[in-house]
Amino acid sequence: MIVRGKVIKLGDKIDTDVIIPAKYLKYTDPQYLAQHVFEPIDPEFHKKAKDCIIVAGKAFGMGSSREQAAIAIKAAGVKAVIAESFARIFYRNAINNGLPAIVCPEITKEVNNGDEVVVNIETGEVIINNTKTVKCKGITGIALEILRNGGLIEYLKKAASGEGNR
Amino acid sequence: MSILKTLTEKILSRASGKDVAPGDVVEINVDIVAFHDLTGYHVIEVMDKVGRRVVHNIDKLVIAFDHLTPPPDVRSAEIQQFIRKFVKEVGVRNFHDVGYGILHQVLVEKYVLPGQVVVAADSHTTTSGALGAFAQGMGASDVAAIVMTGKTWVTVPQPFKIVLEGKPRQWVTGKEVALEILKEFKADYFMGMSVEVFVKDPPAFPMDYRLTVANMGIEMNADTLMFVPDSVTLDYIKSSRGLEVKPIQPDTGAKYVDEYTVELDRVELLVAAPHSVDNVKNVREVSNVEVDMVFIGSCTNGRLSDLEIAAKIMKGRKVKTRCIVIPASWNMFRKAMELGYIQILVEAGCIVTYGTCGPCIGGHFGIAGPGEVVVSTSNRNFIGRMGSPQAYIYLAGPAVASTSAVLGRIAEPGDVM
Ligand code: SF4
Repeated sequence: MIVRGKVIKLGDKIDTDVIIPAKYLKYTDPQYLAQHVFEPIDPEFHKKAKDCIIVAGKAFGMGSSREQAAIAIKAAGVKAVIAESFARIFYRNAINNGLPAIVCPEITKEVNNGDEVVVNIETGEVIINNTKTVKCKGITGIALEILRNGGLIEYLKKAASGEGNR
Repeated sequence: MSILKTLTEKILSRASGKDVAPGDVVEINVDIVAFHDLTGYHVIEVMDKVGRRVVHNIDKLVIAFDHLTPPPDVRSAEIQQFIRKFVKEVGVRNFHDVGYGILHQVLVEKYVLPGQVVVAADSHTTTSGALGAFAQGMGASDVAAIVMTGKTWVTVPQPFKIVLEGKPRQWVTGKEVALEILKEFKADYFMGMSVEVFVKDPPAFPMDYRLTVANMGIEMNADTLMFVPDSVTLDYIKSSRGLEVKPIQPDTGAKYVDEYTVELDRVELLVAAPHSVDNVKNVREVSNVEVDMVFIGSCTNGRLSDLEIAAKIMKGRKVKTRCIVIPASWNMFRKAMELGYIQILVEAGCIVTYGTCGPCIGGHFGIAGPGEVVVSTSNRNFIGRMGSPQAYIYLAGPAVASTSAVLGRIAEPGDVM
């Protein structure tokens, strides 16, 4: 799986209350959520997010278990998030909703806002502006299987029909 | 590979039926799965999308309403109606409607046992770690999968050992100890780790304090934070549920990635200043900050010992801020009423209710306005958490919160007593 896009850079410890505030959690509609993604720090974010790749520092997505954080980012058109590290729950939510989340301790040093990057989800190879290559951690195992199915719902549907055949 | 095992390895070995080591990715059986109103409708939506409202084991499922309780708007009421229908349809037995308690408090009061694997659709599920359970929050999809299959996958975390030594000083509780750990390690140090806490002198650190520290385990970004079961754990379960348990214990000599000792008698009154939980300061450093609102409650500090401290400090005094007090459950509220705490708090001018998250998540029952300063006993001071993104939230323990309410500025009990 290969994704590409323009980099939007964010800082360390981006929390889920900033990604999608609690007042929007009474709905799960992706388009509605996308309108409010990152609203507390940039109410216009959703207008710039299409086809971008978010690059962030440590503990991206820390805080609440709200799956709407991953849904909102994906629905705004973000192709992937590359971060130095992810909060555990957000990481799972991203994968479960088909949003690639790539761990890359070196990434914030290597890229700038607006850079074009191409990401190989499986090998973790990130090519920056067609010139430089950074090796990140590829997604493997069960997380990759879920991602390949487009998320946990599709994965579970398949598992359910598999059970039916037995 | 060492044959001596940590608590984490033991619990996950049992739950997976395999001998696990840190770093392994394993499928595990989940003993208790839970959700509340705000995540619950989402869990059920996911089940509907998969196409099966099938519950793997109805006795393992716990539902409690807390975030939208009592419903502040029509949509919240609809969400609860939707979940009630599900409860009826699939025959959920462990269901706690409006007026019972915050999910994490309900779990420890009634359901969780040491050594279990507990997953709920809420990040503060780590609270149950106070009883020695491997407890993690997950998102709605993961929780839906567990409701349907009884299983999930985890990466076995790296075990880290914390030892609590000695006795805390007067007014110092679990909150200050959690903040002390966050001051020392910052909010991202424990990522990918499970923190196992050993209390040298168990009665010196009672269950309420442990629940607060375990609750804040997610603020440390730990995969889980567990107190190794001891006499306090056994007494708590015996006295609240009449059960005698024989908990799993870590092996003496098991290997941890590292170890840290907190000398309890050196922990001071601390606060987390805006806008990050690890922006920890001694209360004296911020003692002139004027305060608009105080919140005493939440799954972090809404228990009997918190209310006792608040009552001690507010007895015969009046609050200068708006002060909202929310015991974590009906059970806590009732006990506090029997002991006269609620009466004291109401006399002091506090607004008291029970069993709702309310202001903790900026939901209702006291939202912070722009420029307002809040002192809260809850667990998060992220920008916008309690309402306006222009509000300033200081996280504190019950003693500092109560004194701040009385004086209208951030203060410690010594300033009024
Ligand atoms: S009290 Fe606050 S932290 Fe606890 S479950 Fe409710 S919203 Fe979450």
